[in-house]
Amino acid sequence: MRDLSTEDVEALAVGAWVLGTGGGGSPYLGLLTMRRLYRDGARIRLMPPEDLADDDLVAVVSNMGAPLVGQERLTDSRNMARAVTLMEEYLGREFRAIMSVEIGGNNGIQPMLAAAHLNKPVVDADAMGRAYPEAQMTSFAVGGLKPWPLSMVDPRGVEGIVARVPSWTWMERLSRKMCVEVGSIASTCKAPRTGREVKDWGIHHTTTQAIALGQAIRRAQREHRDPIQAILDAEDGRLLFRGKVADIARRTTEGFLRGTAALDGLEDSRGRRFDLAFQNEWAVGWEDGVPRVMTPDLICVLDTVSGEAIGTETLRYGQRVTVIALRAPKIFLSQRGLEHVGPRAFGYDLDFHSVFEPPDARSAGGDTSDASLRGDPEARRTPDRMASP
Amino acid sequence: MRRIGIDVGGTNTDAVLLDGARVAFATKTPTTADVLTGVRTALGAVSASGAGEVQAVMIGTTHFVNAVVQRRHLARVGALRLGLPAAASLPPFCDWPEDLAGIVRGQVHMAEGGHDYDGRPIMALDERAVAQAARAMRAAGIGCVAVSSIFSPLDPSMEDRAADIVRQEIPEVSITLSHDLGRIGLLERENVALLNACLTPLARHTVRAFEQALAAAGIAAPLFVTQNDGTVIRAELAARFPVLSFASGPTNSMRGAAFLTGVKDALVVDVGGTTSDVGALRHGFPREANAVVQVGGVRTLFRMPDLLSFGLGGGSLVTEWPLAIGPVSVGYRLPDRARIFGGPDLTASDIAVAAGRLALGDAARVADLPSTLVQDALALAARMLEEAVDRMKTDAAEVPLLAVGGGAFLVPDRLPGISALLRPDHAAVANAVGAAIAQVSGEVDQVFQGLSRTEALDEAGRIARARAVEAGADPRTLMLVDQEDLPIAYLPGGALRVRARVIGDIASGTVAG
Repeated sequence: MRDLSTEDVEALAVGAWVLGTGGGGSPYLGLLTMRRLYRDGARIRLMPPEDLADDDLVAVVSNMGAPLVGQERLTDSRNMARAVTLMEEYLGREFRAIMSVEIGGNNGIQPMLAAAHLNKPVVDADAMGRAYPEAQMTSFAVGGLKPWPLSMVDPRGVEGIVARVPSWTWMERLSRKMCVEVGSIASTCKAPRTGREVKDWGIHHTTTQAIALGQAIRRAQREHRDPIQAILDAEDGRLLFRGKVADIARRTTEGFLRGTAALDGLEDSRGRRFDLAFQNEWAVGWEDGVPRVMTPDLICVLDTVSGEAIGTETLRYGQRVTVIALRAPKIFLSQRGLEHVGPRAFGYDLDFHSVFEPPDARSAGGDTSDASLRGDPEARRTPDRMASP
Repeated sequence: MRRIGIDVGGTNTDAVLLDGARVAFATKTPTTADVLTGVRTALGAVSASGAGEVQAVMIGTTHFVNAVVQRRHLARVGALRLGLPAAASLPPFCDWPEDLAGIVRGQVHMAEGGHDYDGRPIMALDERAVAQAARAMRAAGIGCVAVSSIFSPLDPSMEDRAADIVRQEIPEVSITLSHDLGRIGLLERENVALLNACLTPLARHTVRAFEQALAAAGIAAPLFVTQNDGTVIRAELAARFPVLSFASGPTNSMRGAAFLTGVKDALVVDVGGTTSDVGALRHGFPREANAVVQVGGVRTLFRMPDLLSFGLGGGSLVTEWPLAIGPVSVGYRLPDRARIFGGPDLTASDIAVAAGRLALGDAARVADLPSTLVQDALALAARMLEEAVDRMKTDAAEVPLLAVGGGAFLVPDRLPGISALLRPDHAAVANAVGAAIAQVSGEVDQVFQGLSRTEALDEAGRIARARAVEAGADPRTLMLVDQEDLPIAYLPGGALRVRARVIGDIASGTVAG
């Protein structure tokens, strides 16, 4: 357990935005709130998941809704705290700690908001290792853990519980409807997890990862070094393409921002073309028409000069960008993981190939089995064990 | 129609007399610390040229934005936000730099109210809380108030009602309503309202002084102030909305370039002494940035031109090993520092003189420069321009490029992706010309629901036209210059955010007023 400094929280916001892989919403409002809370004396303790007792109970929080509405109704730390205490009242049990469902983007900082008011530690883990658009796209869903109950809070005193649903998809449908009804923004406490469940199915040390990533970028910017190289070094990532945006097309369907972007190559990528598809986050990338990178590998599009992440909502023609890939949480590379977050979960009829797999492994094609993953020496952010729940 | 256009820049105050489409007179005079002396000098020169009867005078000024940057002449402001219980942990001024907040923050009040994206109230407006806040502000002697309400761009009624209540309690109050100025994004819109409120005493004073300068020069024409978006507002409106005039300088340059060339869809490069600005003209207006803009350290959303600035200018230092131009520049010390004037530094101007592109100073002093260096340096400048120009394009089609500014000689006649390069006459006072030709606009930025895309675009256009007429435009001359629709993630019912802007000529009734 360690105290997070103001600098840690600042770096967390920078790193969480990169891990947002184009979506997840800007962490700016959460960071602003944390600055105020820290100024008023609050301190966040970060708890390694290994320190959880098996029967500890952990709150999994997220800020749900449309980013645009968030720009008007902002965020309120007490509202997030109330979602946690409401769940405690419903369960008749106290939480040991709080964690984020999603480290990428704005949600990466949300558990801190609740923790500042409730004097509870934040677990150094999440359930995505990045940002994803839907409730079933989590490691907990991959683990087959129960999706209920969920608490939802609106500051007008509107408080709701989804007591039981048969599936994660049902949870997404019901909670999304509730959220829309209170103005398309709400603080939620998702299905509580035991310490054992977090240790088995959480994606570990992602808060530390986001902080380290943010520190690496800020240090490189300060020292006038290439921040993208700093990201690649810190994360053992892969540089995929360097180019400029030649075209961008967006549309919303079923409440999601979908679209495509085309890049023309520059520097080492000159003469080549890169196409990206997104659903809130970057989902698949093709180089010269051949699939090159796809979810669950993390696809990050960065400003070539500043290294700042660029969101799917803000990318525009002419920007100089660099596409990099970071490693997917190992749990999503299993067959079941890919069913939840692989390219087919986003409507792309592609067999998943990781850019981090050696080329010879690709010839096998098809989904990667759990067994083959256990032997992967390079795997990072690995759950403690991959056995069935 | 005869008009006088004045642009008060950081270095020079430029003025032109425009007779129809002809530049009848142009003058450049140094900008003075008090701004007004320079304006008086420029007006005097125009007047002495035999201006005759003038129909309108347009002034663009950086005075207000400088007041914020330099933290001078700012009033204490009472902030009143409607939206509780939402957003309570991020009150007004929450992301201001401490030094500026220390000067401007008078009191902060929050009351129940605000709207959801679908138009339903978050809570009914707490009128008693608003009245109490107003009394507290009166007791503290606060005379400038900014009112913000959640989703007020969708429904301004609560801000309007709160303003009525505050006026009852403080009859002499100066009130800024966020929906009059800003777009979606509560903090940024509220920040714009707060900045505006703290500038209103200075703005009233400045506009009055401009009017006196006009009178002293014997000019009876009505006064307009140019805005960030290239249009003008009546001086009395500018006194109420000083923030709308923050970035009028580059906008006026681009508008002037369009006018002087007759080209309305093009890229413009304004090459100065230290930097170059590239912007895009659409229908004769600068394309606007759709992003957060920091003013004096405060995050805002403004109607600002989308500009790409980079370190290439006539005074940029040129180094040989490795070959580089800028970003360091000798700036206004060019006559002391450049080789062509006997100075020690090799600048972009020296290169241009050696290449025969520019006649300035003593060409003999750069005759010894190796021709490979001259050619390579010019090629490097061309590449810098090429990249900037390409970044500002929104698609791959070729467009014309208009080159203005004192360093325009660095722009080569041919650039990839550019169909034609145009160098207008009077390019050095393009900014004052841009002020002189300015029109009136109306804008909307709103979320529409339950409408088809076409219906939403039509409705947005209707609102924008109504606003332009309100601002003083002649309805017969209105033209839609900008329209953009953005689908919104995670909102049901095909919610669509639409921005639309129309412009028109100043209505004669307005001029008479």
